[in-house]
Order: sequence, then C-alpha cells, then structure tokens
Amino acid sequence: MAELEAVIGLEIHVQLATKTKMFCGCELSFGDEPNVHTCPICLAHPGVLPVTNEQAIRYALQIAAALECEVAPRSIFHRKNYFYPDSPKAYQISQYDIPLASNGRLGDVRIHRAHLEEDAAKMIHVGESGRIHGSGASLVDFNRGGTPLVEIVTEPDLRSAAEAAAWARLLRETVRQLGVSDVNMEEGSLRVDGNISMRPVGSEELGTKTELKNMNSFRFLERGIEAELARQRELIESGGTVSQETLHFHPGDGTLTPLRSKEEAHDYRYFPEPDLVPLAPTEEMLREARESLPELPAARAERYREQLGLADDVAALLAADPETAFFFERVNGEADDIEPRVVANWVTGELAAALRQDGEVANASDSKVEPASLAALITMVQEKKISHNSGKAVLVALLVEGGDPAAIVEREGLAQISDGGELEAIVAAAVESNPEAAEQIRAGNQKAIGAIVGAVMKETKGRADGGEVNRLIREKLGL
Amino acid sequence: MAAMLELTAVEANEAIAAGDLSADEYGAAWAEAAAGDDLNAYLWRDGNGDGEAIAVEQPKIAPVAVKDIFCTEGVPTTAGSRILQGYRPAYTSTAVRRLLDAGAPILGKTNMDEFAMGSSNENSAYGPVLNPWDRGRVPGGSSGGSAAVVAGGLAPWAIGTDTGGSIRQPASLCGIVGLKPTYGAISRYGMIAFASSLDQCGPLTRDVRDAALMLSILQGKDPCDSTSVGLAQAPQLPDREDLNGLRFAVPTELARDSIEPGVREVFEATLATIERLGGEITETTLPHAEHGISAYYVIAPAEASSNLARYDGVRYGLRAETAGDLVEMYEATRAEGFGTEVKRRIMLGTYALSSGYYDAYYGQAQKVRTKIAADFSAAFAEFDFVVTPTSPSIAFGLGEKTADPLAMYLNDFFTVPMSLAGIPAISIPAGLAEPEGGGPQLPVGFQIAAPAFAEQKLLDAAYALEQAIGFDAKPGGAGG
Repeated sequence: MAELEAVIGLEIHVQLATKTKMFCGCELSFGDEPNVHTCPICLAHPGVLPVTNEQAIRYALQIAAALECEVAPRSIFHRKNYFYPDSPKAYQISQYDIPLASNGRLGDVRIHRAHLEEDAAKMIHVGESGRIHGSGASLVDFNRGGTPLVEIVTEPDLRSAAEAAAWARLLRETVRQLGVSDVNMEEGSLRVDGNISMRPVGSEELGTKTELKNMNSFRFLERGIEAELARQRELIESGGTVSQETLHFHPGDGTLTPLRSKEEAHDYRYFPEPDLVPLAPTEEMLREARESLPELPAARAERYREQLGLADDVAALLAADPETAFFFERVNGEADDIEPRVVANWVTGELAAALRQDGEVANASDSKVEPASLAALITMVQEKKISHNSGKAVLVALLVEGGDPAAIVEREGLAQISDGGELEAIVAAAVESNPEAAEQIRAGNQKAIGAIVGAVMKETKGRADGGEVNRLIREKLGL
Repeated sequence: MAAMLELTAVEANEAIAAGDLSADEYGAAWAEAAAGDDLNAYLWRDGNGDGEAIAVEQPKIAPVAVKDIFCTEGVPTTAGSRILQGYRPAYTSTAVRRLLDAGAPILGKTNMDEFAMGSSNENSAYGPVLNPWDRGRVPGGSSGGSAAVVAGGLAPWAIGTDTGGSIRQPASLCGIVGLKPTYGAISRYGMIAFASSLDQCGPLTRDVRDAALMLSILQGKDPCDSTSVGLAQAPQLPDREDLNGLRFAVPTELARDSIEPGVREVFEATLATIERLGGEITETTLPHAEHGISAYYVIAPAEASSNLARYDGVRYGLRAETAGDLVEMYEATRAEGFGTEVKRRIMLGTYALSSGYYDAYYGQAQKVRTKIAADFSAAFAEFDFVVTPTSPSIAFGLGEKTADPLAMYLNDFFTVPMSLAGIPAISIPAGLAEPEGGGPQLPVGFQIAAPAFAEQKLLDAAYALEQAIGFDAKPGGAGG
C-alpha cells in the first residue's frame, strides 16, 4: 500500500471583542450571571429586526487585511435555518455564497474564506458529564447569543497535527495583535475545528474527511488531530473506508466519539436575509483596515532576518510576541555598538530564562529591567568589563530591584579582575593546589584544565575572564 | 357627540389645535364607540381592563386603531394567532411609537388574519371580522379589523400592514381609503414579520387627506430597521383638483375577465372620471404581472417559514403540555398554536427553500419579481400612474371561499404586483355594486400605483379623483 499523507484544513471561529453584540445593543461579556445581557432582539421576540454592528465589520475587515484576502464589494447575509434552543430565531444570520473575504493567505496556508456571523447561545447540560448525553435537562444562557464571529476557513494545506497546531498559534498571535479578539481558547473566544482526511502521497484528490470538534487548547488540537489521523490510518490500512462524520474530542482520555447523525442531516434552507441590506464596505473602511494593521509576526520575522541578520528560529521566536519584539527593539536601539544577533540572544536566552525563574512577570516589558539597563549590561559583558556569568547574576538582580547595572556590579564587586598581577597570583596558587590536574594537562588531556579554571573562578567569585584564565594556566604550565 | 365622530381625523385634529374641540372628550367619545364593537373587529380595547395602553401624555390628535401585528409594550399582541395568546411585548413598535409621539392615543388592537396570511379575515384564531356593510360578508384581509373599525364607525382612522394587498383589499371591500407606501417608507421594527421583503405598514382612513396625514406621521428612516429609508419629504395634505396632463396606464394583463361585472362597471366609470378631470387613459402592458401571484406565493411563504420558526414555545407565547422531549414540545406547540393557512404556508415555504428545490422555486420567483419591477419601471417611463380595480370582487360571503385556497389567493391578483415591485399604491372607494343574489350594495375600490417614493404625487391624484367621485355612501344596511 502506498504511503499515506495527512490532509488537514482548519475552521476557526473568532469572537470579536466589540462592545456590543452583532445585531443588537447588548453588552458583550464573559462569565457574568446567565441571561443578563439580553434584549428583545437577541431573544428573538416577535417583530424585532437586526442592525449590523459597524465595529464588527471594521474588525472583520482588519482580519481580512491581515489574511491578505480579497474583500467582496457587496457581500450578503443569509439565514441558516435550524431548530435548536441555542438559536432563538431558529436561524443564524451568517454569510453563504458571497462571504465578506476570500482567497487569502497566512504563512504557508491559503485562506479559503472569512465571513461574519453571529454566535449561538450557550447550552448548559445539567448533569455530571456536562454533555447532552445522559443529561436530564438543559439550560440556555443567551449572554453569548449574538456575539459577533468571524469564521475563517483554510484550504486543506496542513500536513501534520504539529503543523496544524503551529499554524493555529500563528493565526491566534496575528488576530491578537490586531486587537480585535481576546482569542482565548478556554473561554471559547477562539475555537478551532479540524477537517481531516488522508490520501496516498502524490495524489491530488482529497479523501473523505471527518470534522473534529471540541479541542479547546492548542495541545488538545494537536492530540485530537493525531488521534483522528491514527484512527483513519488504521481504518484505511486494514481495508476500511472513512465515512464523513463529525467527531467530538474528549480531552480527558483522548478519545473521539461521533456526534449524533441527526445533527448533521440538516438542510439549512439558506436564503438571503431580507432584514439586512448588502454589506458594502466603503473605500474609507477598507483603507482604514489596511492602515490599522500593526506589523504582524510573519512580516516582523522577515524584517529581523533581512535587516538585522538574525537566525530563522531566533527571528520567529522574537517576532511571535509583540511585547517581546518591542522590548528587543528598544534594547537594540540603545546598544549601538553591539550586534543585533547578540542582543537577540540575550533577550531570547538569558532574559527569558531569568524571567521564567523569577516567575513574577511574564514579559520583559512588565519587569523592572529597563531596555537601556539591559543594553548597558550586554555592553559591559561584550567589553569584558564583567564576565558572562557575572552578567547573568546582574540580570537577576535587575529583575528584582531594577536600576543601573553598573551600580550593581560595583556594589557586588563583580568587576572583572583587570589587574594582571592579582589574577596571575591566583592562577599560580590554583595550579599548585591541583597537581594531578596539572600533570594530566601536561600529558595532553585538555579537559583537565576545567578543574583549575573552576578553582580560579571560585576564588575570584566569577569575576575573572575565562579566556584570560585559560591563557594564564597554560603559560604557567609552560605550554 | 355624534357630530364630532363625523369629522375626519384631519378636521378633528384642526379643531383640537384651534381649541374648538377637547381632545379628551373627543377621545372618550371614540372609546365609547369602540366599546360598542359588534363586528369582532377589536381584539383588545383601551379600557377593557386587560392591560393598560401606553400612555400619551397629552392627546393632541385623533386616537388610532392599530392592527394587532404591531408590538405594544404591556398590551396583548397576538397577530391573530393562538400561538401568541396572552403574549405581552416587552417593547413598542416604531410605528406605534411615532403615533404616540404625535399625541395619538391607541384606541385598540384590531383583529386580523393569523400572521397577516389571508384575504378575508377568516384565518384569525379569534373568529372572523364582519363587514359593516353586510354582516354576512367578509371585510377582506388581512387588515380586516382595521378596515372594519374605520368603515363601521368604531375608530376615526387605523393602521395596518400590506404584504400582497392586506391594506388595499380590505379598504376596497369596506369602502375606505387604504395606502401601501413604498417599501422602506415606514419602519418595520416591532411589526410582527410575515414576509420581510414585502411587509409594509400603512394607513386605513376615511379619506385621502387622512391617509396623507397618517403617512406623514409614520414615515421616516429608523435606526432599528436597516431596510427603512423614509421619504425625502413628509407628505403634505393634498389639494389638487384636476388631473390635467397626467397619464394613467391600464395594464391589459390586469383587466381580465375574472373581474365581477359590477366591479368592471365602477372601474370604467372611474376611468371616465379621470378623463373628465383632464387625465389621459392609455392601455399598456406589464408582461410579467400575471405571474405575480405565482411568484408571491413562493417568496412570501418562504420568508414566512423562516420568520415563524421562532414560535417554538420556549421563550414566550403558547407552550403545549407534553410528556415528550424538546422536539415533541416544538411539534405539539406549533401544531396547536398555528392555524391551517399558516401551516400550509410554512410547508410551502419550507419546500421552496429546500436543498434541490431552491433554484426551481425561490430562485425562479425572485427572477420573476425582478421582471415585474422592470415592467413597472418601463411603464413609469411613459406614464405617471398604473390603475386597476383593487380587487376583482366586492366583499364575498363568510365561508364562501375558505374551502378553496387558490380562489382566495386570486383576490390579491391586482395588488400583489405592486408589492413585489415595492412601489406605493392606494385604494380609494369608487362606487357601489349590486351583489349577485341581492342584498345591500357594496363598495368597489379603485387602485392607483405610482413609482417608488412618489407618494405625494400619488396622494395628490387620488385626492382629485376622490373629490370628483364624491363617494359618500355609508354602511347602513342590516343591523348597521
């Protein structure tokens, strides 16, 4: 049997962080008491009419611009008809054959379409499982009903679960930096479903796909897709065929169960929403959306590679998070004589490690370390005024107390020993007190030098320059 | 007191403004008249003890009877349906809000065909309205209650809704004026939806000047209705006396032989009156108009099937008692709550939108609709107005057409094309006709249609014609 490859497309629902709902004036909120943000419109009382939230259109246009989509001059809202208590009108206002945006791209993945719609209300199934099966009653919280959503559908361009999760992270960062959504998967402001199939490598045709739902973290997204790919692979390799169905992922045990086929057998009877006029963005709205785009991760990483000469992985790491990127650029701006590559290594390496260890704040921008202080610190290390190890110690102190690194160096006595005579004496003493190591070095075992360097560093409390110490030991041993 | 009830709304308003008439006394007289409703025309009246009308601080103009399709906060609003029995809206429709803001008290809510689906008012869950000219006959529909209260002396003026003729046809059958404005002239917010792309609010009044005044109060762009645009200018009271230089077109397709002889006679006499006033009559052709009914009975039910899906027993209105699950509750509620005609249209509409049938039905009907609108545009390039009888028949007997839905649908033959085109049309009483088989003479309406947003021109011409016709008959027959 031919080798199989995974073919994965994603469908992403992004809740927009507008002040009010998509078609009425109710406030948007998360975590409030149920059914406090409702009105006759979002409860579908008789006679009410929807009015489109202009801010939602502007946010959606920003997403369209960030995903390099074409924007339809006149897109149409449709009614998607179905009976379910989470949909009080018994139809969802969505877009169908003419979506707001189409034919875009983010990174290596093509965007099929992006359209505006409204979120359903939240169903709470009473009972232990929290799921509808085995539940005795269901409650509806209409606070969420009518929240503006942008649904983004990719082309099936992803080839592994890890790739899908990495791309979903890039999308989240991109949308987050637009400032148009909280993109919180646990709270449901970002929801990612997978369309998953397999085909023989080299084939251009698509296999039968399944739709995978309920993966409310990137980890679960990856695990869910992996589990489904494994299931499909086993099925195909044992001579079976994949049937089109919707699967629910259980994060607890990693299993997948099909949703009831009844829920899939819908004929949604789409037709143009007669209560709304076509959505025709003005030139001004389109220009505003384009101009409001911040530098997004993909573009920023490219700039770091091209203009600052950073390595691919460091550039991507710095570019992913705008606050880290901004901090890096400020340090780099203060450190005129230091190569950007060195500054980048400090920010992604030593600083990131110190922040993790300190645990007080997540981001350098929120810490007590001023960009100018870090620049000064890196300069001192580069100019060998302090050792690299002392530099790390000063950085830890800066995180705790802030201030001027030179003052910390002074106070802690961390200045590198610059008096050649003093260091020579310490080296001589160290060689004498480690005769075995000295013998081994003479015999050609270069590694043995570590013991003597260690003794020197201990004696100098790390204030000696490692290179100089090495040189002096060899000189002392006549090598 | 009887004298003050003889005033038109415009006359009464002027007398109130001049201090010659007390708005409170005038309002009380109408409330008393309304309390004498023996036509089953009101479903709710202010003062009947079931909920209080929304207060008007200081009544300034004549009180209004409102079709029970307009939401009124705290006051029962049923749309003529059992499924909304006991429902009291949490908000007030824009149309009613505008009336209240103008100082018009709400006299009551009028009976109607369930969800505005019908041409005889026999589809109300609360019993049919009787025609004040002959209580054995229907008042037309779906705004039958609003037409009957104005014709029967139970209200000075009223508002209704027109989707395919629901203002014009009952106005015709009751001998009053009914105006369907351009789609978008008046907000639909708070007007319970039947077919959203066709529904339009409008006045039912004693004469053309009252209709003009009511339209000027109701019209306007509403931020709560994205499809509303309002009129460029609020209509002025018409005072034109001639029709010099105006060109009236009679479409050959809409002058077919199914018109009753008495209706045809009045129609032709009215054409002669137009010519006498200086107007020019020409036959023209609206090639697609005769397909109006077919297109309408796809589009309207399709939209209705979606609009009426919200009545599920979960949040308001009737909920059927069942031991079953959610789906059984939905089914039982809708089975109990909706009447036969509503169910028929929900099924027609659901079918027309179904996967595999959409292009053949809904898609095709929309194309026909576009063709009909184009026909009117072409006609208005040459003519000022298109005229037809409003209804092919005078008021028919209760129960006469209920067994044959198609015959009932054909009542809207002359009114549906204008609804599909979204253009304004008015029905004015033009004369009386002898019913087949005897009985009191019954009113015949004359319909004038104009280009979109040409309401002022339409009202001016209708006023001149109304004055020349001088229709002054009143219901006075048996029991009246």
